[in-house]
Amino acid sequence: MIAAQRGDGVAYAEFLRELSPLLRGFYRRRLFNLQDDIEDLVQETLLAVHNKRHTYDPLQPVTAWLYAIARYKLVDLLRARAGRDALHEPLDESHEDLFADPAPDAEEARRDLGALLQQLPDKQRLPIEYVKLQGLSVREAAQRTGLSESAVKIGVFRGLRVLAQRIRGAR
Amino acid sequence: MNTDRLIIALAAGVEPVDPSAGRWRLALSTVAGFAAGLPLLLLLLGINPALAQAAVLPMFWVKFAFVAALAVAGWWTVARLSRPGAALGRPAIALAMPVLAMAMLALSALTLAQADQRLALLLGSSWSACPSLIALLSLPAFVLTLWAVKGLAPTRLRLAGAGAGMLAGAIGALVYLLYCPELAPPFLVVWYTLGMLIPAAAGAMVGPRLLRW
Repeated sequence: MIAAQRGDGVAYAEFLRELSPLLRGFYRRRLFNLQDDIEDLVQETLLAVHNKRHTYDPLQPVTAWLYAIARYKLVDLLRARAGRDALHEPLDESHEDLFADPAPDAEEARRDLGALLQQLPDKQRLPIEYVKLQGLSVREAAQRTGLSESAVKIGVFRGLRVLAQRIRGAR
Repeated sequence: MNTDRLIIALAAGVEPVDPSAGRWRLALSTVAGFAAGLPLLLLLLGINPALAQAAVLPMFWVKFAFVAALAVAGWWTVARLSRPGAALGRPAIALAMPVLAMAMLALSALTLAQADQRLALLLGSSWSACPSLIALLSLPAFVLTLWAVKGLAPTRLRLAGAGAGMLAGAIGALVYLLYCPELAPPFLVVWYTLGMLIPAAAGAMVGPRLLRW
């Protein structure tokens, strides 16, 4: 890590390679039913290690620093999950009758979704279109919209919440 | 993306970074926060005309030491909170010490005073304005400190927000010192501490939202 702070790329790559299995183990022990997310989290954490490498104090044990970042990223993911799940639940339960109706054809649904989306400001609409409808990653969406990654995540979250409220209000 | 390729991408052309950059960033925001509080003070309140006379009293310097010690301890705490995995024990003690010392001074002042003067020692002439003025004067420092912390890597956001607010409050109190005529320890320990806790509470509220990275 100290070599990385000095700019030694070879030692840095070696260091990151040693970190990966450590992080994988760390997340595997903590995420029982989210095994699919482990590799994402490992990469997310490696990125954080890279972006925040100036905050490592050479006098500090590197594991304490690393695991504090790993824990932060884990909490971040779980928080995002909890938010999204909370958003899903009311739709699943209270809108059962919506789907029990004679199914409107997909084309119509898409048009309704488009109309709803048009009501959102660009800051929320574009992230939802890119991330949720076209399936791009947050980073790609950030690049296309010129927003920061966190702005994209927030836009998706807020936008979906507004849409959920509108749908609920319209019934 | 495959993790190995990510590693190669990250390590390719990795630029050197300065591990003490965080300290500089925080020092800059602290000094700038104080400097930005001064015009605010001149605009709103002006400087205590009796400052020169007050500055020869030992109690003025005890008061200064109280606030300055809190600022230093606050700075230390925030520096720790901005580094993942750094221990917090000693900075937390350092933050409590000035308040404890001033509380002991206050207790002895209250016990020594005549019964009918105790309330005056506690309330002074400006108790109702003091905390909110300190909070107001800490605003520039509040924004700057949050900016500095966000560029580092706080992992406990609520605590980091509170620490940043506390530091900003101490900086605001350092500015307010130039105006405030109060010197009684009971006044200082209650109203100054409260004035610093207002931005700390505000920081704890906005921390989780503003400090995410």
